[in-house]
Amino acid sequence: MTQKSKLGLDFGKVEKARSLARGIAQEVQSFVESRTTVAVERTLARLLGIDGVDANGVPLPNVVVDHLKAQGLLNQGTVFCMGNAMIQTGKSAQEIAEAIAEGKLDLKKLPVAGKKQIEEALQPIVNASVERIRARRARREQYLNTIGEGPKPYLYIIVATGNIYEDVIQAEAGARQGADVIAVIRTTGQSLLDYVPYGATTEGFGGTYATQENFRIMRAALDKVGEEVGRYIRLCNYCSGLCMPEIAIMGAFEGLDVMLNDALYGILFRDINMQRTLIDQYFSRVINGFAGVIINTGEDNYLTTADAVEAAHTVLASDIINEQLALLAGLPEEQMGLGHAFEMDPMLENGFLYELAQAEMTREIFPKATLKYMPPTKFMTGNIFRGHIQDALFNMIGIWTHQGIQLLGMPTEAIHTPFMSDRYLSIENARYIFNNMRNIGDEMEFAQDGICRKRAAEVLDKAVELLEELTKEGLFNALEKGKFADVKRPKNGGKGLDGVCDKGENYMNPFINLMKGKK
Amino acid sequence: MSGGLYSMDAKDFDKTLDLTKVKPYGDTMNDGKVQLSFTLPVPTGAEAVEAAKQLIKKMGLENPLVVYYRELTPGYTFFNCYGQCTHTVDFTSIYVPKVESTVMEMKETDEYIRQNIGRKLVVVGASTGTDAHTVGIDAIMNMKGYAGHYGIERYDMFEAYNLGSQVPNEEFLAKAIELHADALLVSQTVTQKDVHIQNLTQLVELMEAEGLRDKMILVCGGPRISHELAKELGYDAGFGAGTYADDVASYVAQEFVNRANTKK
Repeated sequence: MTQKSKLGLDFGKVEKARSLARGIAQEVQSFVESRTTVAVERTLARLLGIDGVDANGVPLPNVVVDHLKAQGLLNQGTVFCMGNAMIQTGKSAQEIAEAIAEGKLDLKKLPVAGKKQIEEALQPIVNASVERIRARRARREQYLNTIGEGPKPYLYIIVATGNIYEDVIQAEAGARQGADVIAVIRTTGQSLLDYVPYGATTEGFGGTYATQENFRIMRAALDKVGEEVGRYIRLCNYCSGLCMPEIAIMGAFEGLDVMLNDALYGILFRDINMQRTLIDQYFSRVINGFAGVIINTGEDNYLTTADAVEAAHTVLASDIINEQLALLAGLPEEQMGLGHAFEMDPMLENGFLYELAQAEMTREIFPKATLKYMPPTKFMTGNIFRGHIQDALFNMIGIWTHQGIQLLGMPTEAIHTPFMSDRYLSIENARYIFNNMRNIGDEMEFAQDGICRKRAAEVLDKAVELLEELTKEGLFNALEKGKFADVKRPKNGGKGLDGVCDKGENYMNPFINLMKGKK
Repeated sequence: MSGGLYSMDAKDFDKTLDLTKVKPYGDTMNDGKVQLSFTLPVPTGAEAVEAAKQLIKKMGLENPLVVYYRELTPGYTFFNCYGQCTHTVDFTSIYVPKVESTVMEMKETDEYIRQNIGRKLVVVGASTGTDAHTVGIDAIMNMKGYAGHYGIERYDMFEAYNLGSQVPNEEFLAKAIELHADALLVSQTVTQKDVHIQNLTQLVELMEAEGLRDKMILVCGGPRISHELAKELGYDAGFGAGTYADDVASYVAQEFVNRANTKK
């Protein structure tokens, strides 16, 4: 690589960091590949065309996978068992799921066909699902080729009313004011539900349920407002928690563009079991990669519990690991919204320079990534006037260092979920700065032996050291010891471990190869 | 009519401070100046501005002034406004319940516990219910603390257990019993639709049902928590924005000693 660094970064060290991370990621991958989870199996049920809920409101994918688990068939997997049932009964996957829900069918009692026969029988269904996603992706590309998109950094705002129809009003307003990405915050606690609620929803706490119908409603609204403003508006949701791959497939079916998708975040901040979520993450990233979805990783959150100056290298190390894990799932660099943040104490002398150095460093280390840059949250105080200035400094660095997605800070952060006017003020702030300082990064250089160059070199050195340590320990042990975000998580603790299972001899998942192979 | 920046209106009001009749201060005593911004769900235009002015008057503000307005999206107009408040409050008759303890630094608190209790106090904390935010409980408990105030984990004389976020009340209490907690710290960050009130109340009810309420010091905290609210909900103390581990640790130590003394 003959990349030139404005910060005088040692790319030899960067390469070393990457090769260490590759080893760490491969170790995780070999663990992941021999296992499956209830969430992965429910995702496969959806890919076979199962949707809807039973008489008690339980999603049919849950009904099917709970049945497999109860009958000791989970290790054989949804694809094998449903494919077999389709051969034996002549019914569709949906009809079989309904029969199971009504207690009329027990998959364990069916004769078993050969693996080859099942594969052949499923081929058209598998292909149709893959085509459905491909068509969705083509639709986005068609929009990008015709109405186009806003310049980077994309302006990312959140809506969080709890009511999808109210969210639509807020999202349309945001798009008209200049937002490029609308994220619908999920209701508090959804990450810990081991199912995805069904249908349009109007009640949530601090956010709105992620459901396939809500995705569809918002996507349709954004298509409409995008045509009105002449700019494609991306839709973001949260592919994290206990239903990672399921949310990914719903997003792929409904044309979502950006997904938070980070197992490490779930482990550290939601106490989700690490085995469970790393297995879930792999399949969800395969889906997101295939669907053209930009994933966002959650490293920025480390700095909400750990100190932003002292722990900067943990963010970088984790970004490098996340990059390698994503590559193993076939996710291209352009779709990697690796996370980092502007979270230093605003009273720190020259804090702006440290933030600038780190943002530039991240840009140079991941030149193709659609980096996600997070605004100040920890030191937002309720002084909305100072908060607006903190956000302005954050925006300056965003444009200066060519970030990919600028998650707009709100002056009222730490007070309430944003008012319509808060978003207007924040978008105005960013657009003013992005326009007024558009090419500052091309004009400015960093002083030889100056604060910024030293800072970047120091963070990179410490990240390499940490990766060396992690290589010795392995990621699982490192998480147990609290190497990230000062949070310790046991390998066999946390939520969702009972949904993990070793793959049996008949296990099959034809989607992985199809999705990884045929971009 | 308009009382803008360069208004030549005579300022003929009484300019002496009377604490029984306090009103907002802009740049002259008793000018009553208030700055506000809001959005009305109406299209922009002269009628929107007039609607904003009428609304400001109904809020008890004279000489309403709309200094900026803009339509955020069709049918919604945002305003920045000023007005002069006609209401007053009697500052001399105000009583606000506060946590009554002397705030000590970490070393002082440790020493206080050594002298007066002679053993470590066990503190169990969590962000309970559906609340996924650890920022509050971490600021109080984490070794590193927050804004230069070390957290309770760093104190020599506290044995601190931070259970993290989204801890159900039942689980929280079970852990408290198991660890023989002297004090419980409950953090609540999410307050949409008063979800924190229900959750905080449920914990008190659980403790009462188990006969534990008097056996542990029960404290809650968060950006929307006040001591008054905490007392109302049946807690011993509440800590709002701008309080640190020092405040909580000092209180727990002193309250523990007070209780031991009254029992004697």
